[in-house]
Amino acid sequence: MKPFVGQSLERLEDDRLLRGEATFVDDIMLDDMIYLAVFRSPIAHGRIIRVDLTRAKEMNGVVAAFAGADFDALPKIPLRLAPVEGVARFLQRPIARDKVRYVGEPIAVVLATTPELAEDALELIDIEIDQLQPVVDWATASTPGALLFEENNTNVTARYTVSEGDMAKAFAAAAYTRRETFYCHRHTALPMETRGLVASWDETDGRMKIWGSTKVLWFNRKTTAEALGLEMDQVHMMGTDVGGGFGVRGELYPEDFLVPFVAKKIGRPVKWIEDRREHLMATNHSREITCDLEIACSREGLILGLRGTVYGDMGAYTRTNGGIVPVRTAQFLIGPYRIRALEFDVAIFVSNKTPVGTYRGPGRFEANFFRERLMDMAANDLGIDPAEFRSINLIREDELPYSTGKLVPYENPFIYDTGNYQTGLDRVLEAIGYDRLRALNGKEIDGRRHGVGLTCFVECSGGGPKENSRVVLERDGTISVHTGCSMIGQGLETALTQLAADTLGIEMKHIRVHNASTENLDEGFGTFASRGAIRGGNAVVDGAKNFIEQITRFANEVMDRAANDLQWANGAITDHDGTILYDLPTLAKYAAEREQSVEANGSYFSTGLTFSYGAHAAYVAVDPRTGAVEVLDYYAAEDIGVAINPMVVHGQLIGSIVQGLGGAFLDHLIYDEDGQFLTGTLADYLVPTATDFPKVRGESYGEKLASTNPLGVKGAGEGGIVGVAGAVANAVAAALRPLDVKITSLPLSPPLLWKSITETANQVSSN
Amino acid sequence: MTDVAIALTVNGQNIKVSVEPRLTLAALLRRRLRLTGTHLGCEHGVCGACTVIVDGDAVRSCLILAVQADGVEITTVEGLAHGETLSPLQSAFKKHHALQCGFCTPGILTTMHALLSEEPDAAEERIRHVLSGNICRCTGYLPIVEAVLEAAEAYRKKAQP
Repeated sequence: MKPFVGQSLERLEDDRLLRGEATFVDDIMLDDMIYLAVFRSPIAHGRIIRVDLTRAKEMNGVVAAFAGADFDALPKIPLRLAPVEGVARFLQRPIARDKVRYVGEPIAVVLATTPELAEDALELIDIEIDQLQPVVDWATASTPGALLFEENNTNVTARYTVSEGDMAKAFAAAAYTRRETFYCHRHTALPMETRGLVASWDETDGRMKIWGSTKVLWFNRKTTAEALGLEMDQVHMMGTDVGGGFGVRGELYPEDFLVPFVAKKIGRPVKWIEDRREHLMATNHSREITCDLEIACSREGLILGLRGTVYGDMGAYTRTNGGIVPVRTAQFLIGPYRIRALEFDVAIFVSNKTPVGTYRGPGRFEANFFRERLMDMAANDLGIDPAEFRSINLIREDELPYSTGKLVPYENPFIYDTGNYQTGLDRVLEAIGYDRLRALNGKEIDGRRHGVGLTCFVECSGGGPKENSRVVLERDGTISVHTGCSMIGQGLETALTQLAADTLGIEMKHIRVHNASTENLDEGFGTFASRGAIRGGNAVVDGAKNFIEQITRFANEVMDRAANDLQWANGAITDHDGTILYDLPTLAKYAAEREQSVEANGSYFSTGLTFSYGAHAAYVAVDPRTGAVEVLDYYAAEDIGVAINPMVVHGQLIGSIVQGLGGAFLDHLIYDEDGQFLTGTLADYLVPTATDFPKVRGESYGEKLASTNPLGVKGAGEGGIVGVAGAVANAVAAALRPLDVKITSLPLSPPLLWKSITETANQVSSN
Repeated sequence: MTDVAIALTVNGQNIKVSVEPRLTLAALLRRRLRLTGTHLGCEHGVCGACTVIVDGDAVRSCLILAVQADGVEITTVEGLAHGETLSPLQSAFKKHHALQCGFCTPGILTTMHALLSEEPDAAEERIRHVLSGNICRCTGYLPIVEAVLEAAEAYRKKAQP
């Protein structure tokens, strides 16, 4: 049988999605269910004087309403990741108690018999809040004045420095240095399905079931159980279909505590579905980083040192992701380059805005933009072609594995495992026609200036260290596979089925991979950091191998044969000469007769990480009269080791490039000087539509297997987004070089780019 | 306010229901009729996930009230396949990997079905233009356009006398 791995097979998840038969969280309808709506702070910073629920409670259809002290039994929302020293002093309570710190912070909840009535009742909540001076960005946060947390006496949640090599020597030896300040703007993932939860408490058997938490179910289960004062096995997180994750969904948010807490208190199932306005102000924001960066080079273009400061504006609270966005930014400033002297100061701030968490490629999108932009400036100053400048500095194949040094205080040095970074760049140069396009840099063609830009990247994938699986022979002779990784639309169901089918040597139609659910597996770790194939995949292969052992042992027992007499081959139990004796349905029947379960657990544990890598190239035309940029061509290449399903990983690549183009040009979460949130609808918060970026190409290829996992796979979910801002910013800068426009800030939206162009022109004319 | 009795056809079935005047068509379909394939992505008419076909036109079910649907004929995503067989559009989506999470897909299928039923010769530019009213965060739209272009052939065949 031809292996399923490596084939572009149609996805198993598609039928139910195409027929409208999938089950998303809002599709869960339980008897006697009531609906929760959240009353959110309308102002950015203030002291709560009074919350009066009287009128809301009196409204017809309202079941209950709660605020403040009603939730005092709930603890603060804990850290899951990036426990940088200091950040834990700024954790969020599920409900605002004495102060509000961002527009959108939960103050009260109402429960009613319909979602419409619950929303109506929000209008009847009376509040009095004493407004305080808002802290709207990290720069304000770092100056004396308003404090978000008076008890901490600072708005700085954490500050640390990492360094490698001899920086003084590097800069002393440098023929060339340049220092610039860059800014990556606040934006977010915006999955098409907003968040939502259904919680159902069964008093008789003491069990809480929760639907809608879809990323790290076991962590969320443990934390939720602790918060509710329950034993872990009293709480179950149920898998559902998921309308996009991209990092923001499935983390523990205030509502993840409020909803089950009131469900238990009232004793009726409770549903809460976030609306889009809520989503924009309540679901994690991301990306807002300022970076002061300085490069030191030899005259020949060898990078001798890179140093700077990363300023992270984390919004009002430390959420579950801790300091991950600025932490990863500092880590990835080195990129795929041989830079021996590194020194980064990381400063993390709170401000009166929505809290920040991970969004696809956290820290990478930002760091690659900062570094690649500065590299292009350096290349231009030194008179070296940008592609050549990158080639000079890319880590060579014979230098791998390569240790970056210790760039994160609470983690070991990162070891880049396998790769050929130069061929990654070469593929992109060839595909985009770099040699032809670079001659057009800055040229005016049809009234627009053209430019081509590059980015090289490494992407750390497969955050670990462990994942589990369970493989079960069902009564009908099919095989169920359970995994700890959640399916969030990325095609994991199909990919894991392909892996299980190959390992078991059976057709895919006999296998059903189930979405992660704590009812089906004792322990799991979830979906994040492009880990599904690496951690989940290797765990499923292990489970399938163990299953073969178990079913062979079972067959030997049933047939009363000596061990090793029967064997597993071609999807059945055979005699030692390969003659098929018992197929799966027959074995299932025997198992049923004996009331025996034939199943096996699998797991995969490794502290080793793997790094995918590649390059991006953008070719753009900029209209200097309007600031509008058209992406004329885009190409990205990423070595992912092995493509389990090439069609699916290609879809990940193209989709994430377009998401990144939105991040570079469109998506922008904007606040005014009072900390008021201005982009609360999809008419204000723009994301790519079908007419925006029609020319996007790329390849996910397998040149170098990962050396750190048995399948040799590298993550494939994020390489498409991480290089986009760097590539398009370099292309826009190349196009506008004759006009001397300095590109250091995102987004490259028409009004902001037009402003830069116009201001530069005015400066030139006034000089 | 008192409930209003309405009668409509949904996916070929005659339906008589009594609804609150404030109930949106999306809420009627999802909560009352349990046709949960129609998804709500923004509830302000921008994302297109809730699109259904009303008397041949692609309509955002979050923006009209159920009482306005009195007497109309509605097709939702559940009504596109012919029993076990996926429609040409659905099959093309599967073949071209034109969906990932699938949340926006029902609204895109209905929008494109309405387009190709009216304009089976729609070229890529026209398809992109109409598709630009639906937001997809996963695919980048490229495979969706490929799928729609391929499925158009079946609509052209059907349109031939």
